[in-house]
Amino acid sequence: MMELTLAIAIGCLTGSGVWLLLRPRTYQVVIGLSLLSYAVNLFIFSMGRLRVGAAPVLEGAGTVNPADYADPIPQALVLTAIVIGFATTALFLVVLLAARGLTSSDHVDGREP
Amino acid sequence: MPDNSLLTLLIVLPFLGSLVTVMLASTSRNLAGGIAGAVALACHLLAWLLYVPVRDNEVVRAVFEWVPSLGLTVSLRLDGFAWLFALLVSGIGVLVVLYARYYMSAEDPVPRFFAFFQAFMGAMLGIVVSGNLILLVVFWELTSVTSFLLIGYWHHNQAARDGARMSLTVTAIGGLGLLAGVMVIGHIVGSYDLDRVLASGDLIRAHPLYVPALLLVLLGALTKSAQFPFHFWLPNAMAAPTPVSAYLHSATMVKAGVFLMARLWPVLSGTPEWFMIVGLAGMASLVFGAYLAMFQQDLKGLLAYSTISHLGLITLLLSLGSPLGLVAAIFHMMNHATFKASLFMAAGIIDHETGTRDLRKLSGLFRFMPITGTLVMVASAAMAGVPLLNGFLSKEMFFAEAVATHADSWLDRVAPYAAVLASALAVTYSMRLIHSIFLGAPPESFPREPHEPPFFMRLPVTLLVFACLVVGIVPGLTIGPYLHIAITSVLGAATPEYSLAVWHGFTVPLVMSLIALVGGALLYLAIGNYLERSEGAFLLRRFQAQRMFEQVMVTVSWRWARFIETNLGTRRLQPQLRLLVFVAFAAALLSLFGSDIGLAPVQLAGTDWVFTGMWAVGVTCAIAAAHQAKFHRLAALALLGGTGLITCMTFVWLSAPDLAVTQLVVEIVTTVLILLGLRWLPKRSQALTEPLGAMARVRRLRDLAMAIAAGVGMTVIAYAVMTRPAPETIADFFLEKAYSEGGGRNVVNVILVDFRGFDTLGEITVLGIVALTVFALLRRFRPAPDSVERPEQQRIQRAYDEAQPDRQPGATAADYLFVPSVIMQWMFPVIIMFSAYLFLRGHDSPGGGFAAGVAMAAGFILQYMAAGTIWVEDRLRILPVTWIGGGLLVALSTGIGAWVFGKPFLTSYAQYVDLPLIGKIPLATAALFDLGVLTLVVGATVLMLIALAHQSVRRLRAARSEEQS
Repeated sequence: MMELTLAIAIGCLTGSGVWLLLRPRTYQVVIGLSLLSYAVNLFIFSMGRLRVGAAPVLEGAGTVNPADYADPIPQALVLTAIVIGFATTALFLVVLLAARGLTSSDHVDGREP
Repeated sequence: MPDNSLLTLLIVLPFLGSLVTVMLASTSRNLAGGIAGAVALACHLLAWLLYVPVRDNEVVRAVFEWVPSLGLTVSLRLDGFAWLFALLVSGIGVLVVLYARYYMSAEDPVPRFFAFFQAFMGAMLGIVVSGNLILLVVFWELTSVTSFLLIGYWHHNQAARDGARMSLTVTAIGGLGLLAGVMVIGHIVGSYDLDRVLASGDLIRAHPLYVPALLLVLLGALTKSAQFPFHFWLPNAMAAPTPVSAYLHSATMVKAGVFLMARLWPVLSGTPEWFMIVGLAGMASLVFGAYLAMFQQDLKGLLAYSTISHLGLITLLLSLGSPLGLVAAIFHMMNHATFKASLFMAAGIIDHETGTRDLRKLSGLFRFMPITGTLVMVASAAMAGVPLLNGFLSKEMFFAEAVATHADSWLDRVAPYAAVLASALAVTYSMRLIHSIFLGAPPESFPREPHEPPFFMRLPVTLLVFACLVVGIVPGLTIGPYLHIAITSVLGAATPEYSLAVWHGFTVPLVMSLIALVGGALLYLAIGNYLERSEGAFLLRRFQAQRMFEQVMVTVSWRWARFIETNLGTRRLQPQLRLLVFVAFAAALLSLFGSDIGLAPVQLAGTDWVFTGMWAVGVTCAIAAAHQAKFHRLAALALLGGTGLITCMTFVWLSAPDLAVTQLVVEIVTTVLILLGLRWLPKRSQALTEPLGAMARVRRLRDLAMAIAAGVGMTVIAYAVMTRPAPETIADFFLEKAYSEGGGRNVVNVILVDFRGFDTLGEITVLGIVALTVFALLRRFRPAPDSVERPEQQRIQRAYDEAQPDRQPGATAADYLFVPSVIMQWMFPVIIMFSAYLFLRGHDSPGGGFAAGVAMAAGFILQYMAAGTIWVEDRLRILPVTWIGGGLLVALSTGIGAWVFGKPFLTSYAQYVDLPLIGKIPLATAALFDLGVLTLVVGATVLMLIALAHQSVRRLRAARSEEQS
C-alpha cells in the first residue's frame, strides 16, 4: 500500500505546515509555507495515481498505449509549481527581512505582542 | 480603399496616434500637436470619403469576430446619423487641437495631453460608429476613463483632481447602468446587434422588462449628458484645460448621452414612461441650468450651466416622441456644438490674455480685443437664439414642438411656458456675458495687459462663428442636405416634412421667440447689477447637488468602510491565517457531506517497506522542522531540506524523473537562499524566553488541533483519491499526440513548451515579476539595528587575525573551506555543461528549460559561495535583469513567429537535426521557446540570490563610508 504511506506523508507535511503557518515568527511561517508546498505538490502529483517504472517518456514513433505511461498532466503542473514555489519563498523571505528592517521585529504583525 | 476599411481606419487611427504620442519626449510639443492634428484631420477626411455611400442611404459596415460564442462582434456601422456625428467629432477635434497647440503652456507635458485627447476622440468616434451595443458600452466607458484623464490633466491642482474623480464616478456609474440596460435589451431581442435591436422596437416596448431596461439605459444617458439630477459633475469638470472643456461641452461627452437617446429613440421612445422620465429630466435641466447660469461669476461656470440647459432642451425634444422633435433635437445638437465650442475657446483666450475668468473683474475688454469681442458677441447671440444665427432656427423648431400637444399631461401643458422662460433666461445670461466682459468701463488693472491672441489661436473660433452665421442665414444650402441624411437614417420612412427656412411667417413660435428676447433683455436690465454682486443663486443657494454627492461619497467610502474595518477587520496576521485555514478545511468538509467518500480498505500486505521507511525519515524531518523553527533556524532549514530530498526521491520512485531533477536543483537554491537570509534575523535563545502563560497554552493547543485536523483531512482525501481507478482524462490525448504533433518523447516537457505553452509563458512572466520585486525590495533594504554589525563568528576571526602580527585581517575567512572552494570554482564549467545537457535533451528525455535554468543558477551562486561576492563580480559580468528580459523576449518572439507562417500564437514546428559531434537532436521551435524559459529562469534565480548575497557587501560599504565621514 504505497498509497497509504504517501497519504499519511502528505497529511503529516500538511499538519506541520499548518502548525508553522499559525506561529508568530516570520521565519516559522516561511518554513511552514515550504512544507505546505511540498504537501500540495505531492497531492497534485498523486492525482495522476502512483505508477512505478512508467515514466511519461515515449519510446519512439508509433502508436502509443496511454496505459503504459504515468499521467503527464499532474507532472507538468507540479513542475512549474516547484519553480514558482521557489520564487514565492524568496519573495516571502525578502518581505520578512524588509519588514524586520523597518519594524525591528520578526513578529508577523511587525510588533511584539 | 473599400468603405469598410475606411471605417475601420477611422477608429484605429486615433488610438494608434495616441500610442505614438504618449511615447514622445515631454518637450516635443510641436510634434505631439502635429500628430494629433494630423490624426483628427485624417479622421475628418475619412468621414468625408464615406459621404457618397451614406448619401445613398447605404449603411457602411465592418465586422470582426470578437467572442462569437457570446454573440460579441466588433461590428462598426456607419449610417447617416453616425456619419454626421463622426464629422462633427473629428471636425471640432481638428479645431481643438489647433487651439490647444497655442493654449497649452510650454511647461505642461503636452504629449500626454494630446495622447489622452486622441484616445478620447477615438472612444467618442467608437460610440458613434458601434454596431453592437456591448461594443458601444465599451467605448462609452472608455470616454469616461479618458475624459477623467483629461479633466485631471493638471493633477497637481486639487480642483482638477476632484472634478476628474467626480466626473468619473458619476459617468462610470451611469456606464454600469447602461451595460446592465444593454444586457436587458440583448435578453429581450436575443442579440446585441444594433440593426436587430433597431428593428425590434415593438417587441421591446411591449416586453415586461421594458421599464427596467429603459431606466438603466437612461441612467447611462442622463449621467453622461449631465442632466438633472446628475448635472453637478459638469461644472466641476471645468477644472480641465480649456480645450478639453471646449471639446467635452460641444461635440463629445455630454453629446454622447443625447446621441444614445437619439440612437435608441426608434426603439425606446413613444411610451408614457419615456415621456415622463426623459421629459422631466430635460425640462428640469433646461430651466434650472439656465437659471443657475445667470448667477455664475466664473465665465466657464456660466458656460457649463448653459450647456446643461441646452442639453436639457435637446433631451426635452427627444422626450416628445414626435419625429419633428427628433429633427429639432439633432439640429440643435449640431448648433449647440458650434457655438459652445467657440465660446469655450474664447473663454480660454480671455483667461489667457487677462489672467482671470471672473466676470466681476472682467470689464471693457472690447477696446483691447475687438475681433475676439465681436466673435464672442455673435456666438453668444447664437446661444441666446437671436434671429439669423443657427441657435435661433433650432429654438424655433423647439418652440413649435413645445406648443404642439403630444401626450396630454401636465408636463405637456407646462412645456411652452418652461421653454419661453428658459429662453428668456438664456438671453439674460448671454447679455450678462457680453456686457460684463466687453462693455462697461475700462478695467482699472488686469493681472496682464490684454491684447488680441495669435491668429491661429483665434482661427478655430472664427471658423465656428462663421459656421453659426452661415447656417443661421442660409440653413437649407449649408447644413440642410447633411442634416437630412442623418434624420432619414434614424426615422426612415417616418421622416416628416420639415423646413429649415429662417422665415416661416408670423407664427406662434416667432411670438414666443420675441417674448423670450424682450423678456430676457428686460430681466437683465432689471437685475444685471444684482447678478454682478450675487454670491450664489437666489433661492437655490443652499441646494447644492455637489455637496450631497460628496456627503454620499464620504459615507460610503469612509464611514462605512471604517465601520466594517473596525468591526470585522484585524491587522494581526495570525487570526487571518487561522480563518483562512478554517475556511479551507470547512469548504473541503462541506463538499464531502452527502457524498460517499468510499475509502478502500487498508491492506498492509503489499506495502513497500523501503518506501515507508523513506517517508518515516521524511515525516520525522518535517515534524522536527516544525518543532525547531523558532529557536534553531539552521537545524530547521536542514530538516526542511531532508523532507525536500525525500520528496525528490519519491518523484524518482513514482515515475516522475522531470520532477525529481527540478526538485533537486530547486532544493539546492532554496537552501542557499534561506541561508543567505538567516544572517539578517535576530538572535533568539530558548533560555531568554519567558515561560508560557495559560492563554498561550490554550492557543497552542487550538493551533495544534487545527494542524492535526488539516493533516488528517488531507490524508483521507489523498488516500481516497489515490485508491480509486483513474478516470478518462486528457492525458491520453497528450500522450498520443506528443510525438506525432509535438515532436518530443518527453511528454511533460512537450506539454510545458508546446501544448500548454501559453500557460508556461504566463508562469515565467510571474517568475520574472517576482524576481524584480525581490530585487526592488532589496535595493532599499535597511537591516534592523541589531543585525548591522558583523556576525559573531566573523568578529572572532577578525580579532584572531589582528592579534597575530603575521596575519592580514580577513585572512582566516579567506582560508575558510579552501580546498572545497577550489573545487567549487572548477565545477563552474561543469555545471554549465550539465545545464546545457539538461536543456538539450529536455524534449526527449527528463530535463528541460526549468531544471536547466535553476541548475545554471546554482552554478553561479556556487561561485559566490566559494570566493565571495567581490571576487566573483570582479571577474564575471552577470546581468540578470537583461537575462530576464531576454528570456521573455525569446519566448514571446517564438510565439509571435508562428504568426509569420499564418499559424496561431505559439504553434510549434518540430524537426530532427544532425549536429556534428553531438549527433541527432530534436530541434523544435518549442526548443527555442524552452531556451527563453531557461534564460528567464537563470536570470530570475540569479537575480534573487545575488540581490540577497549583496546585502553583506553593501552593509560593509555603508559602514566604511560612515567611518570615513
